[in-house]
Amino acid sequence: MEAQLNELKTQALDKIAAASNVKELNAVRVAYLGKKGPITDLLKGMGKLPAEERPKMGALVNVVREEVTARLEERMAILEEQAINEKLQSETIDITLPGRPVKSGNAHPLTRVIEEIEDLFISMGYEIEEGPEVEKDYYNFEALNLPKGHPARDMQDSFYISEDILLRTHTSPVQARTMEAKGGEPIKIICPGKVYRRDNDDATHSHQFTQIEGLVIGEDIRMSDLKGTLSVFAKKMFGEDREIRLRPSFFPFTEPSVEMDISCFKCGGEGCNVCKKTGWIEILGAGMVHPNVLEMAGYDSKRLTGFAFGMGPERIAMLKYGIEDIRHFYTNDVRFLSQFQRTEV
Amino acid sequence: MLVSIKWLKDYVNTQDLPPAELGEKITRAGIEVDAVIDRSDGLSNIVVGYVESCEKHPEADKLSICQVNVGEETTQIICGAPNIAAGQNVIVARPGARLPGGMKIKKAKLRGEESNGMICSLQELGIEGKLVPKAYAEGIYVLPENAEVGSDVITNFDLDDTVLELGLTPNRADAMSMLGVAYEVGAILEEEVKLPEITYTEAEDTASSMLTLNIDSPEANPLYVAKVVRGIEVKESPMWLQQRLMAAGVRPHNNVVDVTNYVLMEYGQPLHAFDYDLLETGNITVRHAKKDELITTLDGNERKLSLNNLVITNGEKPVALAGVMGGANSEVSKNTKTVVIESAYFESGSIRQTSKEHNLRSDASSRYEKGVDPNRVIPAAERAAQLLSELAGGEVLAGSVIFDKLQREEKVVHVSPDFINSRLGMKIRFDDMLDILNRLQFKTEAMNNQLMISVPTRRQDIQIEEDIVEEIARLYGYDEIPSTLPETATTPGGLSPYQQKRRIVRNYMEGAGLLQATTYSLTSEKSATQFAMKQTELTRLLMPMSEERSTLRQSILPHLLESVSYNTARRTDSVALYETGSVFLKGHDELLNEEEHLAAAITGLWLDNSWQGEKKAVDFFVLKGIVEGLAAKLDIELEFERGEMDGLHPGRTAFITLDGRRIGIIGQLHPNEQKARDLKTTIVMELNLAELFKEQTEPLVYTQVPRYPSITRDVALVLSKIVEAGTIEKLIRSAGGKLLKDVRVFDLYEGDNLEAGKKSVAFSLTYFDPEKTLTDEEVTAVHDKVVGALKESGAELRS
Ligand SMILES: [Zn+2]
Repeated sequence: MEAQLNELKTQALDKIAAASNVKELNAVRVAYLGKKGPITDLLKGMGKLPAEERPKMGALVNVVREEVTARLEERMAILEEQAINEKLQSETIDITLPGRPVKSGNAHPLTRVIEEIEDLFISMGYEIEEGPEVEKDYYNFEALNLPKGHPARDMQDSFYISEDILLRTHTSPVQARTMEAKGGEPIKIICPGKVYRRDNDDATHSHQFTQIEGLVIGEDIRMSDLKGTLSVFAKKMFGEDREIRLRPSFFPFTEPSVEMDISCFKCGGEGCNVCKKTGWIEILGAGMVHPNVLEMAGYDSKRLTGFAFGMGPERIAMLKYGIEDIRHFYTNDVRFLSQFQRTEV
Repeated sequence: MLVSIKWLKDYVNTQDLPPAELGEKITRAGIEVDAVIDRSDGLSNIVVGYVESCEKHPEADKLSICQVNVGEETTQIICGAPNIAAGQNVIVARPGARLPGGMKIKKAKLRGEESNGMICSLQELGIEGKLVPKAYAEGIYVLPENAEVGSDVITNFDLDDTVLELGLTPNRADAMSMLGVAYEVGAILEEEVKLPEITYTEAEDTASSMLTLNIDSPEANPLYVAKVVRGIEVKESPMWLQQRLMAAGVRPHNNVVDVTNYVLMEYGQPLHAFDYDLLETGNITVRHAKKDELITTLDGNERKLSLNNLVITNGEKPVALAGVMGGANSEVSKNTKTVVIESAYFESGSIRQTSKEHNLRSDASSRYEKGVDPNRVIPAAERAAQLLSELAGGEVLAGSVIFDKLQREEKVVHVSPDFINSRLGMKIRFDDMLDILNRLQFKTEAMNNQLMISVPTRRQDIQIEEDIVEEIARLYGYDEIPSTLPETATTPGGLSPYQQKRRIVRNYMEGAGLLQATTYSLTSEKSATQFAMKQTELTRLLMPMSEERSTLRQSILPHLLESVSYNTARRTDSVALYETGSVFLKGHDELLNEEEHLAAAITGLWLDNSWQGEKKAVDFFVLKGIVEGLAAKLDIELEFERGEMDGLHPGRTAFITLDGRRIGIIGQLHPNEQKARDLKTTIVMELNLAELFKEQTEPLVYTQVPRYPSITRDVALVLSKIVEAGTIEKLIRSAGGKLLKDVRVFDLYEGDNLEAGKKSVAFSLTYFDPEKTLTDEEVTAVHDKVVGALKESGAELRS
């Protein structure tokens, strides 16, 4: 019987070793350890043995059974891992194939510039004011110290709809309206919007374009406040190491009037094609609000003073992004617009 | 204004600054120098040559073989100019010479004949064609007889000069003259200004013995001076005068006209010369024109005049359009022997009106429009008389014929140094202020901490205290102004709710996959109202630049679709654009009713992931989904109501309504419209943003996350095709009551297995009670009610 048992064990271990997959191994388990298997049969046959041999044989059968079971589990683990590996192998994908595209648009470059400027001034306590694009001659010109027949009206040939109504030539009428509405109270605003002038569209001119203007009115507002404010703007917008310089200029609604240049952000002032070899780039016009403009809106120009500035987002975008033709902003070529997808932070 | 530095030096010491440096100083002080033009740039080795002989080239009709004495030798040069002739002094570019544009002169053979250099026109020396005197415009330039053969043309004829191009702002009309610029440069460099010395010998006869003067419009013409110069010879001006005029951008004509232009450039005072004999009457009368009176101006145009136009007449007929342009009937010509020089002060408004009315601008009118210096009218007339006696051999009659009612005292401005410093945020010393005012040649008196400043009449832009602030600051230097920030109360700043919502819409549309476009507000009459939800009367410009940009848009879509077509024509087949902007509707006010709209247009593929077999073309429901998402974002309930609009597919168009008000449109383009725009299937929508933003959004309060499960039941119906899913959904919702939480279409079938004219729609109904777990019985009870209602309505249940 013992010999029979050993024979059985050898057979079982051989079959376990020979099993090449989980299924075969399970068959081996059923064949040798199952309820109808030879080991069970052996245990059943123990009754025929003399009583004193039974414990010994019983122990022997158990040892064999445990050994077969252990080897079987061992083999099972190996085969299972092998099976998983095969499955994974067969599931391999080409990870270089493109992902499922996520649809995403983006803001127009002018919006991008305008919002950046808006946010900058909002952080300095400004509010945003807007107004109509079709405007009264009074707000567009007269309230801004440009009476009918003023020579400076030549500078801004305009689209009139009737004698007294025109497409605004700048966003300054929003300032005039705000001053009138505030009834002599201090003001701190930014006015962005579309404006229109009688220009033929070409690489540097557009009959429709955008402007952003700012206006601050309060007690003892000085020209140095204008310079300081513009300096903060220039550094935030064009880089911390930007310097600014003011040059005298003329606008009917400010006195004194200045133009502001920033040190060239491309060459740092050495001279390049962006700054036309001067080291400086003209960015905006500004000045101290003309007393006539204050008085016309009902402000006491002896008590309250103010400054105003205005700039063109097109020009800023063209400088910032190196855009060579202003018409790109209004053609809406997807190959142009979609370039303004990414952040610059 | 073009300023020759050589000429400028007649009046002010420029301290021999390099031109670029001088230009920079002028710019920094307030007059922008747009360009610094070196007139001799690229020129070298150009000499005076004497043409000893000139013969036709045997092989070429248009060429001449010239023997030219160039000083050191006589050499052969082939010349193609029609006006070349023996005995002329000409400009010769010698072999090795350089001309503008980098051209280098070499010895050459032309049709077998040797040519040792080139005889030049003025254009070839870099002078603009329109400035070259007419006689030489089509050929070479002929130098005066006394030119020294072999001498350097560049230095002898003042081409070794630099011109500063000033970009003048309208306030600085004072710098529209060489003297004005001299005062400015003098103030900057702290140099004196030397005025021209005017001396000439007068005849015994007086001007008034030959000429009488009547001024009928003293308001428009408060000062008129006439000088009479007789016995003149009209001829070419000397080289120096021609060169100065060309440097200033003026074409030389003859000595008389050139003198008037020279003095115009020098003093900024327009002058006009009449042929005395052609005046016929010995009288000048200045009056307003009669209605429809005619004059032929010097440019050859006959002009019909109006009552607004001021004219110079000979007492009978107009001989000049005052301050704008002379008349052809009294023009100075070769035969002129006696001239009348007019120097006058015309009121700027009158000139502006005439100039505008006749669309005629001249050097004279542009100066009168901005206002000339009343104190230069008489000196300018004297200066012209002097130059005519010197350059035209004329005899100046004694005195002037003059009418003078012009006020010309200096404006006095009172300002305190404290005011100046407080406006600037600076601490400029009183002495420094006085110094600057002296440099400007403003007379000052100080009294009780007040400055009383007399402003010379040439600076009519200086009127108020702030103007003085600017003068002080610009010459003191803006670099000296410190940087401070306003010391006002801190304000919070921020966007209005409307502006915040606009940004939310923008971000939403971009997140949904659309690119922001910007199109023009002006469009053609034809497309102004296309796709407009509310069409109103057209708003046209009075003077459009083109029909394409003549009318204000009432919808954004036409231009947005143009942008879509622009892209598809360039092989970008899938385009998704949106725009926010104003449309312009006639209202009851004189101002227009400007509505801010949101528009979108999509075409091509919405999703393109083809290697995984996912491809979705745009359709109505893609864009509808975007609108629905937007409504959810803004917490408003939009409804879609079948509608029709020209240009849109009649079966695929809906009005978008909010609380019963139509606030938008969505639809697929009509096939004809698509064809006309060369587009494939395109879906568009436009919404009135202002309406969308009207309601203030409710504060957000969270609703408890459900603690009990919901139960879903499906129902499939066979319906007539004309029954809309929305109608059934409403029916289901009203029958479902409180427990019915959601209804969703999950299947639509229109096909073979169904009767013609029928469709199958399947709905998924979600039941939920926030208070407890619903039992099967409870759900069945409600669901049976829904099914009952559906059956009652005529829907056929599909099992
Ligand atoms: Zn640079």
